[in-house]
Amino acid sequence: MADRTYEIGSHPDLPPPVSETGVIGWLKHNLFSTWYNSLGTIFILYLLYLALPPLVDWTLLSAVWGGNSNQECWAVTREGACWGFIDNRFSFLMYGFYDSDAYWRPNLVGIIFILAMIPVLFRSIPGGNVAAVFLIFVFPWITVSMLYGPVNMTTMGSSVGVTIYSLVLLAGLGLGWHGRKNLNLLLMGIGFGVAYFCAIALFLRWGFGLKVIGTDKFGGLMLTLILATVSIGVSMPLGIVLALGRQNQKMPIVRTLCIGFIELVRAVPLITVLFMAQFMLPLFLPEGVDFDNIVRALVGMSLFAAAYMAEVVRGGLQAIGKGQYEAADALGLNYFLKMRFIIMPQALKIVIPGIVSTFIGLFKDTTLVLIIGLFDFLQTGVSSLADTKWNGLEHEAYFFIGLVFFVLCFGMSRYSMYLEKKLDTGYKR
Amino acid sequence: MAVEVESSPRTHWWNDERIRAILVQVLVVGLFAGFIWFIVDNTAINMEKRGLKAGFGFMDDIAGFQPTSPGFNITNFDVNISTHSEVFFLGLVNTLMIAAVGIVLATIVGFVFGVMRLSDNILIKFVAAVYVEGTRNIPLLLQILAWYLGVILAVFPAVRKSWDWGEVIFFNNRYIAFPSPIPQSGFWIFMASVAIAIVAVVFLRRWAHQRQDATGQQFPVFWASVAILIGLPTVVWFITGQPLAWDVPELKGFNYRGGGQLPASFLGMLFALTFYTGAFIAENVRAGIQSVSHGQTEAAYAVGLRPGTTTRLIIIPQALRVIVPPVTSQYLNLTKNSSLAIAIGYPDLVNIFTGISLNQTGNAVEIILMTMLVYLTISLLISAYMNWYNKRVALVER
Repeated sequence: MADRTYEIGSHPDLPPPVSETGVIGWLKHNLFSTWYNSLGTIFILYLLYLALPPLVDWTLLSAVWGGNSNQECWAVTREGACWGFIDNRFSFLMYGFYDSDAYWRPNLVGIIFILAMIPVLFRSIPGGNVAAVFLIFVFPWITVSMLYGPVNMTTMGSSVGVTIYSLVLLAGLGLGWHGRKNLNLLLMGIGFGVAYFCAIALFLRWGFGLKVIGTDKFGGLMLTLILATVSIGVSMPLGIVLALGRQNQKMPIVRTLCIGFIELVRAVPLITVLFMAQFMLPLFLPEGVDFDNIVRALVGMSLFAAAYMAEVVRGGLQAIGKGQYEAADALGLNYFLKMRFIIMPQALKIVIPGIVSTFIGLFKDTTLVLIIGLFDFLQTGVSSLADTKWNGLEHEAYFFIGLVFFVLCFGMSRYSMYLEKKLDTGYKR
Repeated sequence: MAVEVESSPRTHWWNDERIRAILVQVLVVGLFAGFIWFIVDNTAINMEKRGLKAGFGFMDDIAGFQPTSPGFNITNFDVNISTHSEVFFLGLVNTLMIAAVGIVLATIVGFVFGVMRLSDNILIKFVAAVYVEGTRNIPLLLQILAWYLGVILAVFPAVRKSWDWGEVIFFNNRYIAFPSPIPQSGFWIFMASVAIAIVAVVFLRRWAHQRQDATGQQFPVFWASVAILIGLPTVVWFITGQPLAWDVPELKGFNYRGGGQLPASFLGMLFALTFYTGAFIAENVRAGIQSVSHGQTEAAYAVGLRPGTTTRLIIIPQALRVIVPPVTSQYLNLTKNSSLAIAIGYPDLVNIFTGISLNQTGNAVEIILMTMLVYLTISLLISAYMNWYNKRVALVER
């Protein structure tokens, strides 16, 4: 056969060797390409063999899915997880000490939040801009009213206060309309600003007429999400302002203050910032003015996150070519318009991965509030273990809490990848 | 023709950028000063009302609490006579110790998993990815609690049933007992021989390098170094008659006596910090290695370098330039994160000084500022090092 000859160009295409295609080829290329790769494969397969079956067995196969105490579970088996624990403590893990007849309030807020976030997150769904405005300007106050209830304000204790607020609200609206008609931005801003402020105050006082539930009762995943969303929401604009201050060459004093704040906060651990909010804030404020624990934690976390956000945003600002700034100047845009329409859209787009990883870091860091005595998601799990009915179930608690955090954080990082790909307008070569 | 540019009289002074900048800054400074004054004033009033004395006098008061298990006491802390300044010092030492050990281990873990993520082997890559994504997306505090409460306290045995490594190191759910060295007479000769061996290796390397540059002949530096580093101290060790005795812990009653002890909380912190930071370092290492273009490898092969040599001489030096800055900031993160020790009772600075001393004395402002200052100093030192390193490895371009 070997001496068989072919006309030039008439040799039939032979199939590739068996060792290079199909399952065998895939195995050879991906698992056994060299002797040390083969060793690694075998070693890891052995490790997986050691680790995976017991894990699956513990979480699923041998697990006890009911049971009202550790003894009940252990009477069945000690080899499997006792998921009755999570089931029994579920509402505590989700809401902490929140009144159980009012669970619908955080649930409703959560549903509104998710519905409003969908068009913001996925731009193919219409209504994104409306939803964003709603989320920034209306939603926070709805949340306060729904979760807490009517806010007691000294200036509005009497009907006189309410009347004055209402009159100022009307006056502000009038001023705003007047400004809008005459294209006077300043007048419009002041008028609508005052009106917005009064409207919030009136709204918070009314608070849907719900029963007040003290913030000391907030807890669980609900508290974790509140801490994370509020501090993320506050740190973003604050971080942008700090970054702009740090980049501002014309105002050396402002620049120095911004650098000092950013570097100081970034150098110390969050826990010291929380301690500061916990122990020093009461000293800093005049007698009688006091925040509750959650607001203190929020102040600390927001300032902390703002410093990190500022550095991320600065990275974006520095990545924008000088020509963009000059072009904006040449168009006659003032500082605000230049930043708003030329620089920031580009800068923020570049630093999306950084922003999201700051978000994720912040979200994970909310767990630290347990050290200053708040009942966040982690703390509700940990303190449930102190119950004699449930102690000894650490693994179940950590597994569940870890899983929830993992799903949320991993989801965020995947979303950031999606966003990066979507916003990539093709400057890459 | 030169065009005379004059400041237009039509521009109002409040539209002049320079004047605006000055006005804004004056406003900011005013607000800032007012803010500081407001805080200082309130603090003074509040402290007076609570009967607190400002200043650092409390540092000389006797603390009167035992920060940790008696077996773990590096700085001769004595509950009866030690003051808050000694609490501060003990906390600082413990923080630096966990940070130092954690940094070394996290670097090793990070490099191993970073390289594993770049493996051709799909299985290895997958395992590394699961580790990195899993650890990075779960709060560190949860990991600390899980390691300490879920592994060490739940899985490790009681003191009397300790696991042992060759009857010298004992693990149980309260501490690790390990032999501590007792230098005998002549120990300094042994240490000197180690130092001499190190110096000799440095000179040998230099000489070998020069000879290779001059003549092209290679010298087996690696094996010669190993021989010197192991051989010389070993010889001296036996000549001086094994000048090091070990104080081996022994079970007496309910506890181990003798040797050194590390509390279980140290081990819990160490596991959590190592694996958490290791995952971040792994990502940095991966990014760094990927940043070296494949052309470099091809060029190295083209000039005849072998794969091992290519990695050592071409890839790693270039990758390190990208890897070191983010890894340094991970070291800083690890040091800051060690403050979470308060959750499991490892006696670090924040736990015993900012926690217990503050509760005892009430001098919140001084104590928190001191704590912040410590971390600020560490951070400044690390960033000074990073600047120095960046300057050293920066590409020298034409």
